[in-house]
Amino acid sequence: MIRYLSMRSLKNGLMTLLMVAATLAVLTPLVIIFLHILKMGASSINLDFFTQIPKPTGETGGGMANGLMGSAIMIAMASCIGLPVGVLGAVYLTEYGGTRMSTVIRFSADVLAGIPSIITGMVAYTLLVVPMKNFSALAGAVSLALIMIPIVLRTTEEQLKMVPGTLREASLALGVPLWRTTLKVTLASARTGIVTGVLLAIARIAGETAPLLFTALGNQFWSRKLTEPMAAIPLQIFNFAISPYDDWHRLAWAGALVLVVIMFTLSLAARYFGRQSQAR
Amino acid sequence: MKRKSRFGRFTHGDTVFRWITFLFAASILLILLLMTMEMVKESLPSLQLFGWDFVTSSEWDAVQEQFGSLPFLYGSVVSSILAILLATPLSVGTALFITDIAPSKVGSIVAALVELLAAIPSVIYGLWGILVMTPWLQQTVQPFLIDKFGFLPLFQGAPYGVSMMAAVFILMIMIIPIITSITKEVLLAVPVAQKEAAYALGATRWEMLRMALLPYARSGILGAVILGLGRAIGETMAVTMVIGNTPQISLSLLAPAYTMPSVIANEFAETTSKLHASALMEIGLILLFVTLLINVMARLLIWSVTRGSAGGKA
Repeated sequence: MIRYLSMRSLKNGLMTLLMVAATLAVLTPLVIIFLHILKMGASSINLDFFTQIPKPTGETGGGMANGLMGSAIMIAMASCIGLPVGVLGAVYLTEYGGTRMSTVIRFSADVLAGIPSIITGMVAYTLLVVPMKNFSALAGAVSLALIMIPIVLRTTEEQLKMVPGTLREASLALGVPLWRTTLKVTLASARTGIVTGVLLAIARIAGETAPLLFTALGNQFWSRKLTEPMAAIPLQIFNFAISPYDDWHRLAWAGALVLVVIMFTLSLAARYFGRQSQAR
Repeated sequence: MKRKSRFGRFTHGDTVFRWITFLFAASILLILLLMTMEMVKESLPSLQLFGWDFVTSSEWDAVQEQFGSLPFLYGSVVSSILAILLATPLSVGTALFITDIAPSKVGSIVAALVELLAAIPSVIYGLWGILVMTPWLQQTVQPFLIDKFGFLPLFQGAPYGVSMMAAVFILMIMIIPIITSITKEVLLAVPVAQKEAAYALGATRWEMLRMALLPYARSGILGAVILGLGRAIGETMAVTMVIGNTPQISLSLLAPAYTMPSVIANEFAETTSKLHASALMEIGLILLFVTLLINVMARLLIWSVTRGSAGGKA
C-alpha cells in the first residue's frame, strides 16, 4: 500500500516537474528575444532615428522618421474607417440584435478576424491599387481597417452587453428616445471598455506588415500625398532585416525596439482602462 | 397628424439611428462577400487554365507561365503541423502550470508574460529569426544534427540556416502564446466540483489533472490547437524571413522551403503577367478557404466547452 502510494506521488512529482519545465521552455525564447531587442535596439537608437530618413546604402546613420510618420498617418486613417464601422456595428448587434441577420454579421466578423492579414492586402490591392494605378497610403489604411473592424466590433459588443438593462430602462422611462439613450447612456457607460478594445486594435495594426506589402509598399523618402507609396515602421524593419547591410540591421533593431515600446505602452494603457471599467 | 416630442419635431430618430447602425453592421458582411468574390474573380484565369494541375504540379515558373503550387502547399502544411506538434505539449503544460500548479501570483505573472509574447508583431519575430536564430542554427545546431543524425533523411544536406527547421521553430514560438492562453481559458471553465470530486476520491494532483480536468477540457484544447494551426498556416512575415523561399519539396528539415503566404508576399507586388497574378490569387483563395474551415471548426470546439461553464460554476 505504502509503496503503491509512493509510486503515485513520485509520478505526481515527475509530472509537476515536467509542467514546470514546459513553462520554462516557453518563457526562455521570450526572455532571449526581449533581451536581444533591448540590447541591440538600445545600442542603435539615437536622436537621428526620430528625425532622419534612411540613408542610402553605404552611408552610416539615418533614421526612420518617415516610417514613424507613415505608420501614424495610416493608423489614424484606418481608425477613421474602422472605428465607426466597429462601434456602430456592435451597437446594432446589442441594441437591435437577436435577428437572424445579427447572427450572420457576428459570424462574418469572426470569419474576417481569422483571415490571414496578407489576404486583406491582396484584396485592397485589386480594389484600390489596380484601379488607381499606384501603390498608396490610402490602400494601406483600408487594408489595416479591414483587420481592425472585427476586433473593435467584438470587444465593443462585449462591453455593451455588460451595461445593465435597468440603466437603459431608467433612461427610456424618462422619455428619452432609444437612440439618445444608446448614445448618451449605453455607449457612455461602456466608454472605458470600448477605449480598451480600440487601443488593443491599434496595437495590433501598428505591427502589421503583410497587408502593407502591396498597398502602401514603403518609401525611402517622405510621402507628400496619400495617393503615393508611404513608409511604415514594420515595412522598414522587414526590408532592412532582409538586406545584407549591418547599418540597416541596426536601424531594424532600433525600429523593433520602438515598435515594442509603442505596443507595450498601448497594452498597458488598455489594461489600465480595462481595470477601470471592471471597477465600475 | 404629427406627433410632437420634447426633443423637437423630429420623431423618426429611432428609425434613422437603427438604419445607420444596421448599415455599418451589414457592411461587414458585404466586405466579406466582396473579398471572396474579388478573389474568385481574379483567380478565374488560373483556375480555368490549370484546373487540378494547379495543386498537383510542382513546377512554378513565371517566365514559362507554368504555375503549380504543390511546393507551397507542402511547405505550409509541413511547417504548420510540425510547429503544432512541438507547441501543443509545451502550451498545455504551461496552461496547467498557470491554472493548477503555480501559486496564483506566479501563475498570473507567467500568464501576463505569455500575453506579451502574443502581442509582439510577426515582423519582429522574423527580425530575431533571421539575425539571431538562423545564424545559430547554421553554426551550431545543424552541423551537430548532420554529424550525429546525418544518416536520417530528415537531416541531410548542407547547413544553410534558413530552412524548414527555422520556420518550424519560429512558428512554434509564435503560436505557443495563442494555444496557451485559450487552453488556460478552457481549463478555468471546467467546474470546480469536477476537481474536488477527484481529490475527494484520494487522487494526487496529477491524477486529478489527467482524470478529471483534461478529459473535460479535451475538445476545448483541441479547438485551441486548431486555432493555432490556423494562425500558423496564415503566418506570413516571420516565415518568409527564415524559410529560405525555395520552391522545392524536400524531406530534409535542413533544406530551404516555401509556403503559400510567403510566395504571395514575395511575388505579388511584382507580377510579370496577368496569369502570374492570377495564380498567386488562387493560392490566396486556397489559403482563405483553408483558414476559414479551420477557424469555424475551432470556434465550434471551444464553444462546446466554455458555453456550458456558466451553469457548471454553481
